[in-house]
Amino acid sequence: MSLTDRTALELLDALARGETTAEALTAEYLQVIRSRDPQILAFLHVDEAGALEQARAIDMRRSRGEPLGPLAGTPVALKDVLCTRGRPTTCGSRILEQFVPPYDAFVVSRLKEAGAVLIGKTNLDEFAMGSSTENSAFQITRNPWDLKRIPGGSSGGSAAAVAAGEVPLALGTDTGGSVRQPAALCGVVGLKPTYGRVSRFGLVAFASSLDQVGALAHDVADAALLLGIIAGHDSADSTSVDRSVPDYHAAVETPVQPLTIGLPTEYFGGGLDREVESAVRDAVRVYQKLGATVRDVSLPHTPHAVATYYLVATAEASSNLARYDGVHFGYRAKQYDNLIDMYAKTRGQAFGQEVKRRIMLGTYALSSGYKDAYYLKALKVRRLIRDDFDQAFAGCDVIVGPTTPAPAFRIGEHMDDPLAMYLSDIYTISANLAGLPAISIPCGFARNGLPIGLQLHAPPFEEEKLLRVARMYERATDWHRRRPPR
Amino acid sequence: MALTVEDVHRVAHLARLDLTDAELATMTQQLSAIVDYVNQLQEVPTEGVEPMAHALDLHNVFRSDEPRPSLPVDAALANAPDRRGEFYGVPAVLE
Repeated sequence: MSLTDRTALELLDALARGETTAEALTAEYLQVIRSRDPQILAFLHVDEAGALEQARAIDMRRSRGEPLGPLAGTPVALKDVLCTRGRPTTCGSRILEQFVPPYDAFVVSRLKEAGAVLIGKTNLDEFAMGSSTENSAFQITRNPWDLKRIPGGSSGGSAAAVAAGEVPLALGTDTGGSVRQPAALCGVVGLKPTYGRVSRFGLVAFASSLDQVGALAHDVADAALLLGIIAGHDSADSTSVDRSVPDYHAAVETPVQPLTIGLPTEYFGGGLDREVESAVRDAVRVYQKLGATVRDVSLPHTPHAVATYYLVATAEASSNLARYDGVHFGYRAKQYDNLIDMYAKTRGQAFGQEVKRRIMLGTYALSSGYKDAYYLKALKVRRLIRDDFDQAFAGCDVIVGPTTPAPAFRIGEHMDDPLAMYLSDIYTISANLAGLPAISIPCGFARNGLPIGLQLHAPPFEEEKLLRVARMYERATDWHRRRPPR
Repeated sequence: MALTVEDVHRVAHLARLDLTDAELATMTQQLSAIVDYVNQLQEVPTEGVEPMAHALDLHNVFRSDEPRPSLPVDAALANAPDRRGEFYGVPAVLE
């Protein structure tokens, strides 16, 4: 197995033993990116010189016996919605095509302290709005398992980069499933923490009460390591929670026993692809063989989750994206009649269709005469969705189901029907509304070779249990070791 | 349809979005379909349910009122579309 097929933990071990150097390892990943990314199109910016320089600095520290961070020498890719000081951060949008942030996001600072080699910024749906990465203003990332299909979204670039062996770890962001869904479609692990577990400082905001930075990796043990590095309180993010961070990495190999798994009846109805259902039920049987009890639970407000999300998220987005007005940064229209016209032309010219659609929907939902019926109503149903989970967790440790209704669809298949695209978020969206941690792990393949993901949810701030339960499945199977054809 | 072209035009003005005629037409059709879909929430009983704006029960999170260094002026102006010395150049706000 080549170095670039290994997990981050395996690479850290190889670096510690002297099997390779950080510089050689980074050079090898850069070579994979050079040869594969023209087909995959996962990266928007690759920082070859900067990455090699960071890697050399790690090698120098190691040779001098200086202390090294827990990720020292490991290449990590960042979704291009995370601010990186002095390096472009476009959010996949023409309105920020030339934007260079003057500061690092909190999670970026944490990665630097940990010794990670920041190799580049990955492609995404514009402003993280989308489920296929087709809404990027710049390029459409391909699914490494089938180049005619989408990698998922909005963190499609990050998921594809890990799946294709271009990088062992990546950060994405998850507002309605945007880490978990591409993880499932690309056959990698994708973790969304509890809302407030990871600082959003320097994460360009889409929906402030839903956004969370998430981890993408080849396996659960790597995801646990990465979460431990980025989690924790940040005084610069008033929504970040001041609560101690468990040692996820140390805990992850310990199985949870006894273990009760909840299966929501509402997740196994119509619209679920039969191969996905079959793989998920096989996964549940694996847990039963490991000694888990399985019980049916009910999340009765599931049919209302998508509608609730597309009111709450779009309302928040309409407010957050008001700052893109051509005044302080970003694109400004060249011709306009007055200030208001400048705003309207700037935004009209430089925002993509999906972004405009969501701003419009959110503005409508908040506008006078409609706010009670749409936005406030949605916030009430949101509480009911959260209550459903609280009640279900009274009788089980984790809630399990499919991550997506079907494997990856073809590029262009849903672009004419935004509503059909929205409905494909059905399984991931509730975790964001309720603020819960959730993870997608590989659990099989469809007949056509496309990956299938299993999703697990845990109560708020129980990432440790979530990761341990996910790892139990991984140790009993080897889906996560499969790599797409080169 | 749930929305008329006039509704969409009005919302576009509120959102400061300049839409072409073609965009207005497509947007009217697509937004109508989406609004029709989200109208299902009207069927959900929510009497006595408090709106949940936020997953966490956080309230005003303050820090002590101590001055600290902020972003240097050059860094703050570095991405300005129209920098004028220490200022952002903008079209006249008042006419």
